[in-house]
Parts: sequence; structure tokens; C-alpha cells
Amino acid sequence: MAGQEQVLGAPSSQPVLRGSYTYASITDKIADTVLERPTHWAWAVGFAVSASLTVLFIVAMSYLFAKGVGIWGIDQPVSWAFALTNFVWWVGIGHAGTFISAFLLLLRQRWRTSINRFAEAMTIFAVAMAGLMPILHLGRPWFFYWLIPYPNKMNLWPQWRSPLVWDIFAIGTYIIVSILFWYMGLIPDLATLRDRAAQRWKQVGYALLALGWRNDARHWARFEIAYLLMAGLATPLVISVHSVVSLDFAIGNTPGWHSTIFPPYFVAGALYSGFAMALTIAIPLRATFGLQDFITARHLAVMAKVMLACGLLVTYSYLVESFMAFYSADRYESFMLLNRMTGPYAWIYWTVIFCNVIVLQTLWFERVRASPWMLFAVAILINIGMWLERFMIIVVSLHRDFMPSAWGMFYPTFWDIAILAGSLGAFALLFLLFVRFLPVISMSEMRKLVKERRESSS
Amino acid sequence: MSPRQPRREFDFSGVPERSRREFLKLMGASIALASGCSRELPERIVPYEDMPEQLAATKSLYFATALSLDGYGSGVLVESAMGRPIKVEGNPNHPASLGATDVFSQAAVLTLWDPDRSQTVLRQGVLSTWDAFRAALTARRSRFASQGGAGLHILTGSVTSPTLAAQLHRLLDKYPEARWHQYQPINRDNVYAGTRLAFGETREPRYDFTRARTVLSLDADFLRSMPGHVRYARDFNGARRPGETPSANNRLYAIESSPTLTGAKADHCRRLRASQIDRVARALAQRLGIAVESPTSVPIEAGWLDACAFDLLTRHGESLILVGERQPAHVHALAHLANERLGNVGTTVQYTNPVLAEPIDQLDSLRQLSAAMAAGEVQELLILGVNPLYATPADLEFARHLQRVPFSVHLGLYRDETAMRSLWHIPAAHELEAWSDTRAYDGSATIQQPLIAPLYGGRSPHEVLAVLAGEFEQDGHAIVRALWQGELGGDDFEHTWKTSLHNGVVPDSAFTAEQVTARLPALPPLRDADSSELEIVFSPDPHVHDGVYTNNAWLRELPKPLTELTWDNAVLMSPESGRRRGLANEDVVEIEYRGRRVRAPVWLLPGHPDESLTLQFGYGRTAGGRIAPGAGFNAYALQTSAAPSFDGGARVHPLGTRYPLASAQMHNRMEGRDLARMLPLSAVIQRTAQGAQPSKHERKLLYPPFASPTYAWGMSINLDACVGCKACTIACQAENNIPVVGKDQVQRGREMHWIRVDRYFEGSDAHPRVHFQPVPCMHCERAPCEVVCPVEASVHDSEGLNVQVYNRCVGTRFCSNNCPYKVRRFNFLQYSQDVPSLNAQRNPDVTVRMRGVMEKCSYCLQRIAAAKIASEKEGRRIRDGEVVTACQAACPTEAIVFGDLNDPASRVRIAKTSPLDYVLLEELNTLPRTSYLPAVENPHPDLQET
Repeated sequence: MAGQEQVLGAPSSQPVLRGSYTYASITDKIADTVLERPTHWAWAVGFAVSASLTVLFIVAMSYLFAKGVGIWGIDQPVSWAFALTNFVWWVGIGHAGTFISAFLLLLRQRWRTSINRFAEAMTIFAVAMAGLMPILHLGRPWFFYWLIPYPNKMNLWPQWRSPLVWDIFAIGTYIIVSILFWYMGLIPDLATLRDRAAQRWKQVGYALLALGWRNDARHWARFEIAYLLMAGLATPLVISVHSVVSLDFAIGNTPGWHSTIFPPYFVAGALYSGFAMALTIAIPLRATFGLQDFITARHLAVMAKVMLACGLLVTYSYLVESFMAFYSADRYESFMLLNRMTGPYAWIYWTVIFCNVIVLQTLWFERVRASPWMLFAVAILINIGMWLERFMIIVVSLHRDFMPSAWGMFYPTFWDIAILAGSLGAFALLFLLFVRFLPVISMSEMRKLVKERRESSS
Repeated sequence: MSPRQPRREFDFSGVPERSRREFLKLMGASIALASGCSRELPERIVPYEDMPEQLAATKSLYFATALSLDGYGSGVLVESAMGRPIKVEGNPNHPASLGATDVFSQAAVLTLWDPDRSQTVLRQGVLSTWDAFRAALTARRSRFASQGGAGLHILTGSVTSPTLAAQLHRLLDKYPEARWHQYQPINRDNVYAGTRLAFGETREPRYDFTRARTVLSLDADFLRSMPGHVRYARDFNGARRPGETPSANNRLYAIESSPTLTGAKADHCRRLRASQIDRVARALAQRLGIAVESPTSVPIEAGWLDACAFDLLTRHGESLILVGERQPAHVHALAHLANERLGNVGTTVQYTNPVLAEPIDQLDSLRQLSAAMAAGEVQELLILGVNPLYATPADLEFARHLQRVPFSVHLGLYRDETAMRSLWHIPAAHELEAWSDTRAYDGSATIQQPLIAPLYGGRSPHEVLAVLAGEFEQDGHAIVRALWQGELGGDDFEHTWKTSLHNGVVPDSAFTAEQVTARLPALPPLRDADSSELEIVFSPDPHVHDGVYTNNAWLRELPKPLTELTWDNAVLMSPESGRRRGLANEDVVEIEYRGRRVRAPVWLLPGHPDESLTLQFGYGRTAGGRIAPGAGFNAYALQTSAAPSFDGGARVHPLGTRYPLASAQMHNRMEGRDLARMLPLSAVIQRTAQGAQPSKHERKLLYPPFASPTYAWGMSINLDACVGCKACTIACQAENNIPVVGKDQVQRGREMHWIRVDRYFEGSDAHPRVHFQPVPCMHCERAPCEVVCPVEASVHDSEGLNVQVYNRCVGTRFCSNNCPYKVRRFNFLQYSQDVPSLNAQRNPDVTVRMRGVMEKCSYCLQRIAAAKIASEKEGRRIRDGEVVTACQAACPTEAIVFGDLNDPASRVRIAKTSPLDYVLLEELNTLPRTSYLPAVENPHPDLQET
């Protein structure tokens, strides 16, 4: 392990835990963020902004339920646009959390330790936002439960051939497993907070959540096994969820959707955008709460490398998609691609290429990976690029499909943007609350790192 | 509820109390009609203990009547559900209809139920009563008697009604100094003047396209706008069926000054400025052996004219030249002479007495009225059913002169521009509410019977004239009946009367052909050939016509043929003329013409002649309902009585601003895709000889096919017959309770029409080939929509229909994304309005959809169900032709055939066995039940131009 780390270059040669922390000091540092530390001004500003956007989100949803999806810019032929783009984007963001916490746990990547907690939180909040979108986009959202199989007096089941039904299962499983996994990992830390909390209500609150955890060795033995099993359960979901989401499109016959490369393409894209979002969160988080010792430059660099790998896969998918469009000799496919590149939405295609392919190449450079602010800029661009990519797949494919007589355009309305901005606000709000009420870094796992460091140095 | 109303238990759950009460009121009033077909006085309405034999909630009744446009009637059958007129069908017995309709007839029921209709008598804009008006008018009658009616003027539109004409003549006999003026904005002045020039007497030309094998149209849109166009379209296409006897196919040459459907269907079309058509007519006349001086320069290649002349000459007695109403009289006269020389008189063209009761020069008549008003000679002016304040040439200044008339009366359906400025306004009864009569293009008379008592106490012109003449005791029914008693007479009048009402045509009332001898008219000097001045051409709007339908939302939202515009009009010009001026679609220009200016948005229309502008009437209204005012521009504001049809000397000034227009089709080219096919006749003959070829496409299916053991419904659409008139679209809208969405929603591409008529241009912008393709749901056997619906709202039935279950739909819209034909329509918002009078129009057999629900063509499932019930009662299968979809019924050219594919003798099955039959996007393996037959062009061998 140590030898491997040396190969990784300058930031990578740094340890995954800086400074000379002890069990006590590391616990102090992380628990104090929740229990002691006064509100940081940056948090307060963030809270104010995200709370306002959340209010906007609620207003937009209320208006939507009152009037119908016609308040958005969707039309014929583009009857899916922002809501589904947001959905795919948010689900994709969710992937990084599960990947970091479960996949890397199984692969025994120790650098995951200090970032898995907030990445999992990010997953849950992102999937929550994603889960809202398909309901919001329904023409009659009050009947959303008709997509769920349940015994009913109509004696009707969902239509199993529709990938939207598969979505219900994929997303449902994903959110349940993610919450369980996240909560399970929190239990030892919740016990720590319970023990350290000064006020009565906090003690009671954390105690209830800690489920009677006493740091017993037997607790730990069972915890470790259960956690590993949960990781085993969660890992395939990283692949399955976005594969199923991609089938929403691949099953359709629209040129630009109907493609067998979609499942791996979407999974790579999901991890790509997920890591971009993880970086987008980690960089200000460590700066605001002084967590540079835990979320080190090494972490950022490793995440950048994962991003680079995923980004290259996405680039490869773009190439395959283009190649297949021409190689297939299918006039609709090749037109679809030409239309993406030169049609009325060409600027989206080229922005996607710029953000997701060209900007990505900067991550080959050590200097970029070592600079948090450059990484932050790259991550933001990739977030934008990935959102636009989904917009391109959905809208630009739909707006000109088979019958030229039915071709049209999509123009977003205020309410389209309000839903997107509102979901970003709600996501940020949830995250900021999480930062204040739960330890953003797993104390128990960090203590393990301290122990390992001592053992390796002695 | 009054005790007079029938008491019955209805399940009106969910229907607001108010509408229920109104419904009962209307129903009560209409029971009398259903049983006696007469408008009876309210006192005689009695509650019934037993259901009248004919009146059942589940059964519609049909009544024959006629609807008129510019005075000319077209026979219709109106469907009445529980006393409410809900749908118009063509009358197969009527010569102008033969069972089909145009868009206006289809929209008539919406005008009838329009909540914006005028509902009360107004005096100076203040509520008044019919009795008060009657008293006021009666008070003036003593003066009429003493002065012989001097100062009394009556203005009507074109009158074909024998009853109205007789009333007017009686009135003029009684008051010889009174004056009757006629002015219809779209009138027959040039046509009648042309016959006067050619024959010395006024005649009505009547065409027989069944016998015409070469047709030359000089600015005549006989497929879409002439009187008799529904019949003409049928006859023309009857002589054009490919495959059957291909060598007998007709060939259409068209020269037009503003793009029309006739030009679009022509085998050879030339687009010229309106003033140049005169020149072409002379050049052709000379080629046909008429002694006219050949113009020095002709704006069409000699080869084209030679080919056309050759075809006309070789088809002696089987050719036809017809001239549009816009062209001056001497061009008409030349055509009459040419037809005579070609031996066509008596075969393809006949001349009858004029259909208009008084075929006067209407523009001159209006001029006289205007002058009389200006001179203060008009004491009383009765304006019956027209809107001269809006729809008259601007230079006559009707509005200003009307102020000098002390006693002006307006009878109209709406509180329109004239209503607001007249002393009295009387709400008119709709044609479906009142007794009257009308004549069709061939003179056939129809007695118009009311389907319902006037909703708002409206009056017919007959009733107003009766008051004027002092015939108080007479209602519309008595007046009309009295006339026909005199006309038909005889002991069995009662029988004839009933037969006429039942059949919708008065027996043997069509005019017979008159003997005519044409002479060469004196031709005015030609206008300067090289004149490059910008021409301006006036034309009725394809859907709101001269302004009578501006408040009809169905017609407003119906995409106009060729432009596909909805809700507004625009100045049409050629793309080249636009380029020269740096203009793009939606750019606003100021048009200057003879010192008058109008601002209007531009629409560049391929196939429009260069350096010419088409201005369509009907928009730029200031009153007349909620949706009439505020859209488009008023073309009448530029029209002058000196040149009411077209003129040179216009100028266009770009203003640099934009006005958004709502076009229902954003993309106009097929992009090389195999969608609307067109084949030359030679290829058709070859393919027909070869027989059916096996499909290139493999039919590998993942899921087992659905069985259709009983019936297998299918549709065949003949693109060669389709003229692109959109009667199918609006018929479907009326039948299937399809909501109107409004301009902003159309701009977003959310119009709801279940059957659209795609229009593609092919070739250059100057000379495009135009393709039309009606696209309803394809009812795919492997429907892509069904696979992706998560809740089984889109499902297949046992007869092969792809049905949409509205109750189950949650609105994911995945089905629409997955529909390659994009025929699904989504209720993005609550489009169906809950307005009592509009609810009354709705088809009770079709669900009204709420927001958030997907909908689409159902192959008129309710009609299939009705036929199935009828057949099962008799223990037999549904016969071929028993189920007629709404689009099929309306289609003037029988382009749509629907039926059971399991029946080997069904027309649809036979149509689909044609080797030319094809489906859209066959490579997607959706196996559509709707298939197409290609359009066929029959070009002259020497003119392989397109």
C-alpha cells in the first residue's frame, strides 16, 4: 500500500491524514464542528441562499401542482426536458457517494475514510432531489403511486415492459440502501456525540439515534460484518441504478436514445458528475471548517484522477456514439448527430465537449490536481457540462426525430429554471443542515487511521 | 326549475348547477323541435310523461339543412344530441356537398354555441328589447308610406335566399323609393361582369370536372374557395384516380397570383403577379385561335403555354379554362369564349341563371349607398347580417358616413364594429336557429330548418323585414313556408315540403343550363409589362374568411393551408422578395398604398410570386367577441373601391420590430425522408403492372402479435386525393371534443389536433412542389407507445386499435416521445374549458380530457361502438362503410377510407392491396394500420420541370 502511494506523485505522496492527531484530538476536532463551534459566516450565507432557493422550490412546486406541467417550456415534440435532465443529473451525482463508501471500502482504499460520510450524505440528498423530479414531471402527479405495484381494487399492475417502472425499483432500492448504509456508518459517531453533548435535548436526540451503541467489542464485530455486507449490497447498485436510468432512453426508439452503449455510458457519466460534485462540495467544506488535515490535497488529487478516468470513459462513449451513428448508415442516427453538432442547439453540444472533454484534459497535469481552486473550477465546469449533456441527450434528440413536420424547439420558462435552482437550493440546504447536526467525517474510521498510522510508524 | 320543465333523474355529478339548469332549459325548448321540426312558441311546450319516440339520450338525430358562405349554400346534416346541435356532416343528397363539408361548415356549431354571441337588443349601446325596436321601426313606417320609402335603405350581403329576395322585392314594390344594396366582401362582381361581357347577359358558370381532362385555372382556387368548391374538389379528384384507368387521368395547369391549394395540386403551376395573368390569358387565347392581339412579352415560357394550349386543344370538349373571382371581367370573358371554342360549353362548363337573386354590381351598389349616406339622403339604414364598418373598402369611409344616418339598424351574430356604431343592434339568429332558405352553386335550393330555438332570442332577416313591411303576425317558419307554398304549390305541398326538409334539397330546384353564345369582348389596353412595382393582392383569409369567423376559435387555431399559421394573419410574400428587403418571418413592416398605411408582420411563403404581397381579410378587428379583436392586421384598411382585388403601387417599409406568429409546423422540408410520396403517372402505371412487391423490411418481432379475430380496423389515406383543405382536422376537433389551446400554446407547439395535415415544400422557393399528408394516429400493430407506458394507459384492443385510457393516464409523456409519428397530444394545462354553452356543443360519446392526460386519434372509437351496437342488435357483422370516421366523412375528396381489414371486400382492404400502398417509417417495424397511397403527378411530357 505504502509503495503504491509513493507512485502517485506529489499530492498523492502525502498521507491521507495530516498533522499529529490522537484519538482524542481527532474526535474533538470533528465533534466540535457539530457541538461546539459557532456558526461560520460562510455557512450562514450559504444557509440564507439555499433556504431562499428552497422557498422558491416550494413555490414552483405548488404552482406546478396547481396549474400543470404546461407552466414549463415542454411541448410537442419535446415533452421531456428540464425535469428529466435534472433527474438523470441528480441520480448521477448520487453515484459518487456510493462508489466512495461502498466500492472503495471493498477495495480497501483507505483514502475514502475522510470523505465517505459527506459523500454518502451527498448521495442521499441528490437522490432525494432526483426522486422528486419524476413525480413533479407527471401530468397528474397525484397518481404517481400507480407506477408502484400494489394490490388494488382496479386489479391493475404497472406495465412491466416500461423502463419507468424499472426506475421505481432501481431508485427505490438505491435510496433505501443508501440511507441504511449511511445511517449504519453513523451509529458509532452518533454515540460519540451523545456522550459529548452538553445540552439535554442533544443528548436525548443523539442517544435515540445511536440505538444504544456502547462501543462494545461485540458491537464492533457485528458492525464491521454488517457494514461490509451493506457495502456488498450497495456496490452493485452503483452499476445498476444508472444502467436502469439509461434504459429510460435506450428502450425508446428516438434517435439519440436508442443505443446499446447507454448503460455503461451513463454509469461512467454518473461517476464523472458524482466525483465532480463531491469535489465541488469538499473543497469549500474543508476550507470553511478547517478540515484540510483530514480532507487533504491527496484526497483531492485522487478524486481528480477518478474523475479523469471516468471522463475519459465518457469521452470514449461520445466517440463510439458518433462512430456508430455514421457506421450504422441509419439516416436518422446520422442526422441526429449532425443536428447536435450543427443544429439550433449546437452550442450545447460544443459546450458539453468543452466542459466534459477539453477541460478534463487539464487533470493530466499535476499542478492542476494539486490546486484546490483549479480543481474546483474544473469540477464546476464538469457539473455544468454533465447537466448539459443530459439536456442534449433528452432535448436535442427529441426536438428533431423522425417526422420533420413535427420538429420543434424547446425554450425553458422561468418555472423550469426555478425547479432546477430550487432543487440545487434544497440540496444545499439539506447538506448545510447535515454539516451542523452530524459529523461530516467519520470519527470512528478516522480513529482507525490514527491507529494504523501509529502502527506503521512504530 | 319551472313546473313546465320535464322532471327526470339525471346523473349530472360534477356538472355545475348552473349549466345543468341551462341544459334543461335548452332541452325543454328543443323537444318541440325534435318532435315537430318547427319552432313552436314556448306556451305550447309541455312536460312529457313518456319519452318521445325519437328522443333517447343515447341516440342522435340528424336534420338536413344548409349553411351558407357568401350567400351560397351547402347542404349539411346536423347531428342533434338531446336537442343540442353538436356536429355538422355533409348532406349526401345535396349537390354542393355529396356528403362532404368544408372547414366553415364544421365550425358552424361552435359559432352557434359561442358564448360571445350578441345576446340582447341594444339601442345606442344600452340594453333594450325587441318590442322597443319594433315600436321604433313601426313608428317610422308612416313616413315610408307617405314618401314611398324614400330614405329607406337596406344593406344585405349576397342574397340567394328566395324568401329573402321575395320579401325585399315585396318591400320595394310597396315603397318604390326605398333602396336595397348588396355588398358581400367576397363577391361575384367580376364573374357576373365577365358573363355580361361575353354573353350580353348575366350568367352563372358551373363546371363539371368529371368530364374535364385538361384543366387550366387562371387564379381560380376551385378546390378551396369558389362557390361549389367541395363538389368541385370531389369531381376533380374523381377524374384523377391513379391505377384504375391511368390514361384517363386529368392534368391541371394553374397560374396563380397568390398560393392556393389548387396551385399546390396542379401538375404544372406558374406563379405570377395578379396583373400579369391578363397577359397570359391573351397569349393563350391567341394560341387557341381567338383573334386577340398577342402581347409582346409574356411572363411564361412559350413552351409552357404551347404545351398547355396543345392539351386544351387536343381535349376538345374535355378541357376547361376557369378564371378566379379576383381577375377582371374581360379575362373571364376571354375564358368563356375560349371554352366555347374548345367545345367545352355544355360538357365541362354550363351557364345558368345567376344564383344570386339580384346579380348587381355589388361594389357599385355599396358606392351608391356610401354616396347617399354622405349626401344625407339616408334616413333609415337596415344592415342585415353584414359588417360594413369593418368589411368595406377604406376609401368609401362607411364609418364616417354612417354617422349621418339618423336611424341605423344592425342585425348580426356579434356585437361587432357595425353593431357598436349603429343606433339599434338586433342579435341575429344563427343559421341553425332560424327558418330560411338558400341556394347552392348550381341553384339547388335548401330550406334551412332550425335545430334549436334561438339561444338568445335572435331574429332572422326575414323577421326583421316582416316588421319593416308591417307583417307582424309572421314568424320565420310561416314566411319561408308561404314562399315555398307559392313556388311548389300543388295539392301535395305538404308532402313536397316535408320531403324537401327531410332531404335537404328542394326537388328539381337546380338551375338548368342556358344557351349562350360568346363574343370577343373589347379588351382594355394591357398594363406595362415591365412594371416592377410591388403589387398588392387582397384575398379572404383561408379560415376566418372575410371576418365572419374571426371569433371562431376552431377556425382561428386551425393551421392555415400552406402557411400553417394560426390565430393571426400576416403579409405573405415570396422568400425572394423578403430577401431583397432584408425581411424575415415575423418582421413587422408598414405597407403604404395610395396614402394609406397598415402595419403587419411578414410571412415568407415559398411559391408566392415575387414583388407581390397577399393581404388576407378577416383580422385586425376592433370588436365582435372576445377573441376577434386584437390579432393580425386589417387588410380592408388598404382596400379601395377603385381596385378591390389587386393593384400595383404598394411600398413596404421595414420597421425593425417583430411580431410573434404561431405556426403549427416549424419545419417545411422532408429532408430527403420518404414520407409524403409523389410519383409520376408513368411510374404508377409501371408499378401497377408489376403488382405488389414484397417488403424489403424483415418483420422480426420480440412479442407475439396481437390477434384481431373479429374486426381489424384500418385506414388508407390517398395523398393524390388530399387537397390539404384541413376539413378532416376540424371535423375531428368537433367530433372528439378537442380543446382549443390559444396562440401562446400553439407557439409552444402544443396544439391538440388529432389529425394534422403535414405540408412539405420540395424544390426551389420560387417553384416548390407542395405535398400534403394527413397524419392521424397510425394505430400501429407494434405500437411503440404501448411498451413504454408504465401504467397501461396506452393499450391494444382486440380489434387492433391502439387505445388511450384517459382515466389511467398519469402523464409521463413517454408514449409521445416514443411515437415516431408524433401524433399524440398532451393536455399540458387545463385546456378544456367549463363554459356552459360550450359544454352543450360537446359530443356526449367522447370523454372530455383533463389536464395532465395524453390523448390522440381513436379512429372514432365511439362511432365504431355505435355501429357495433347497431349490428349486434341485428345479429350481423358491421357492414363496410357503416363506420365512417369524422375525418373521412368531412373529406371533400374521399381521400380517407376506413374499415375492417378482416373483410376481404372492404374498400380499405382493397385500397391497401394496391402495389402503391405504403406505410410511414416502415423500417421502424411499427406495422401501422394507417397506410398511404402516393400522390400522382401527371406532367406534360414536354414539361419535365419539377
